[in-house]
Amino acid sequence: MAAAPVFSLTAAAAAAAALAFGPVPTRARSQVPPRRRGTVSLRFHRTRPLTAAAATGGSLSSAAFHGECFVVGDNIDTDQIIPAEHLTLVPSKPDEYRKLGSFAFAGLPTAAYPTPFIAPGEESSRYAVILGGANFGCGSSREHAPVALGAAGARAVVAEGYARIFFRNSVATGEVYPLELADTGASKECKTGDVVTVDLDNSVMINHTSGKQYKLKPIGDAGPVIEAGGIFAYARKTGMIASKSA
Amino acid sequence: MASISAAAKASAASFAHKKELAAAAPHQHQQQQRAGAAHQGHRRARVGGRVRAVATPARAPRAPASTGSVKAPMTTTEKILARASERARLEPGENVWVDVDVLMTHDVCGPGTIGIFKQEFGDDAKVWDREKVVIIPDHYIFTSDERANRNVDILRDFCTEQEIKYFYDIRDLSDFRANPDYKGVCHIALAQEGHCRPGEVLLGTDSHTCNAGAFGQFATGIGNTDAGFVMGTGKALLKVPPTIRFVLDGEMPPYLLAKDLILQIIGEISVSGATYKSMEFVGSTVESLTMEERMTLCNMVIEAGGKNGVVPADKTTFKYLEGKTSVEYEPVYSDAQARFFSDYRFDVSKLEPVVAKPHSPDNRALARECKDVKIDRVYIGSCTGGKTEDFLAAAKVFLASGKKVKVPTFLVPATQKVWMDVYSLPVPGSGGKTCSQIFEEAGCDTPASPNCGACLGGPRDTYARMNEPTVCVSTTNRNFPGRMGHKEGQIYLASPYTAAASALTGYVTDPRDFLM
Repeated sequence: MAAAPVFSLTAAAAAAAALAFGPVPTRARSQVPPRRRGTVSLRFHRTRPLTAAAATGGSLSSAAFHGECFVVGDNIDTDQIIPAEHLTLVPSKPDEYRKLGSFAFAGLPTAAYPTPFIAPGEESSRYAVILGGANFGCGSSREHAPVALGAAGARAVVAEGYARIFFRNSVATGEVYPLELADTGASKECKTGDVVTVDLDNSVMINHTSGKQYKLKPIGDAGPVIEAGGIFAYARKTGMIASKSA
Repeated sequence: MASISAAAKASAASFAHKKELAAAAPHQHQQQQRAGAAHQGHRRARVGGRVRAVATPARAPRAPASTGSVKAPMTTTEKILARASERARLEPGENVWVDVDVLMTHDVCGPGTIGIFKQEFGDDAKVWDREKVVIIPDHYIFTSDERANRNVDILRDFCTEQEIKYFYDIRDLSDFRANPDYKGVCHIALAQEGHCRPGEVLLGTDSHTCNAGAFGQFATGIGNTDAGFVMGTGKALLKVPPTIRFVLDGEMPPYLLAKDLILQIIGEISVSGATYKSMEFVGSTVESLTMEERMTLCNMVIEAGGKNGVVPADKTTFKYLEGKTSVEYEPVYSDAQARFFSDYRFDVSKLEPVVAKPHSPDNRALARECKDVKIDRVYIGSCTGGKTEDFLAAAKVFLASGKKVKVPTFLVPATQKVWMDVYSLPVPGSGGKTCSQIFEEAGCDTPASPNCGACLGGPRDTYARMNEPTVCVSTTNRNFPGRMGHKEGQIYLASPYTAAASALTGYVTDPRDFLM
């Protein structure tokens, strides 16, 4: 299971170089990576629906997310992501959408996860990226799960694998990028609070705190759907269905 | 991976895993004959004219069901999806637009689905077919939680506005029996009301929608956004899953139930062992199972990550459906030469009662190995373990022991029909006593109003919700941290036999202690 963690692949190295020295192909709200741990606390405040195109043209999925990561283990089920007592909140109602975000990961056992995803008294999370192990999002079909993570401010989940419905709901809603690691071990090597960059163009996650890089499987056709803000937004954008004003 | 004890491994030795493809599906010829007898001529005409504003791929000129010739062997799941997408053949991995036969939603995901439907299709939009959208309040019903109550109101308003034909409403929360329309737990209600039919496609905003695979139907759970799309168009983009085949042969010992079989299987392949895949159950044991037991088997395929479960339709299926539906249906069956992703074989006669220990459905152990685990309560209920036969099984154990339970034992029938069965059906060998009488004599709690709430730890005032960090033996489907309410609670998933036996001792108990 403990595969070699460092990837010195060409693409990954190129991505690292670009991130370290050049202008970063990111969305407008992304920021330049900090060099030292703990000196910069990055937070992303999102507005929906996502309409901003990538800052640099070209690929539709051109984006990178940067910030602190929140690390969880294998088989994180939807009850831990959003406990069922909060499912009375209806995600399509804006105020209840925000409230769902404030309960993201409320079901994680406190003993195993002493650092909460949402700090006490806060409504959103400081963590832009969630790093998980195998079978992330197993259990219920509740769309509240990716919605809670997205509403809390997370941009991407990076995991070794996904339960089917969570993956599909993430894409359908455009709430978070469900990105798959090419190898195992990252969730054991990275720590909550490590500063990471997830680079979609180059399919790599860089842990700036440890200096390690992790190859991701390409998000493929799901990328542009999430970028657009979900299946309906994508279908309108690409002309599959009529735009609302038409 | 789950830790599997030595004894459980020894038990697992009674099964063999075969990667190579099996030559022929058992009894297939016979089943096809039955299918032919059950249905003649064409599948019912499709309703295609009401979809607006959605560009889906052009249709193939003819439906494969009408050609009569099998050009490419397919599994049951592949065939159902091929027919629903009007394709002559399909391979695992293909993405196809399918016509949905039934869309189900409930009070937890319905309001969000309706919100998306309205947002995307417009306030004046109509659902694609008012007779194909089935709406079942069942999750958070008997609660004073205002938002939960409001969510049922949202469903009612929508169903009135859209003239939804199948809405199983509840208004009087003080007595569920005062609501003749109210059914209860959606997956069991779908079956009892005739919405589960062989060969069809059923999508629901609930992961246990796979329950309906027991009818030889393609049934799977989806999210609100996908459901909103289906609501407006009647179509869904689905990826064709490869099928894993589970061959269960041998006579079922009298102390085992389908719950033991599926816990055995999940323990074997893990909670992600069937992710993105279909699980088809065949073999002499499966053929001998009742519809309710087949539902238990298919209900929990999601706990192995499965996309859907399938039990081939047969005379048991057709008999169950008699009088429940007037819709014509056409079963399909895996071809003899169909390709399966892998085959698992079990000799059921050699299996023992099992439980899934906290906190994962694949954390399998033999019930007898856990005899020192002291428990605080027992829960019998939910879509998985709250059907009529589940209560009959529990009553059988109480009857055999003649003793009283040692821990609080909560009974929540899945539906109004199950509740009535509990109060009216005589338990075999009891001299005419009903389950409810036997439960009362054993000191169980009075059977409660049908709903799902406690299984997933709904609102705080939900009956039998685990509000303290206690240890529970439960006939439900999940034992994740916090699942039944309290984050430090511990849940042992078990069959109704094992749950009842455990209630009698106050420890996790092998039901053979009472049944043999």
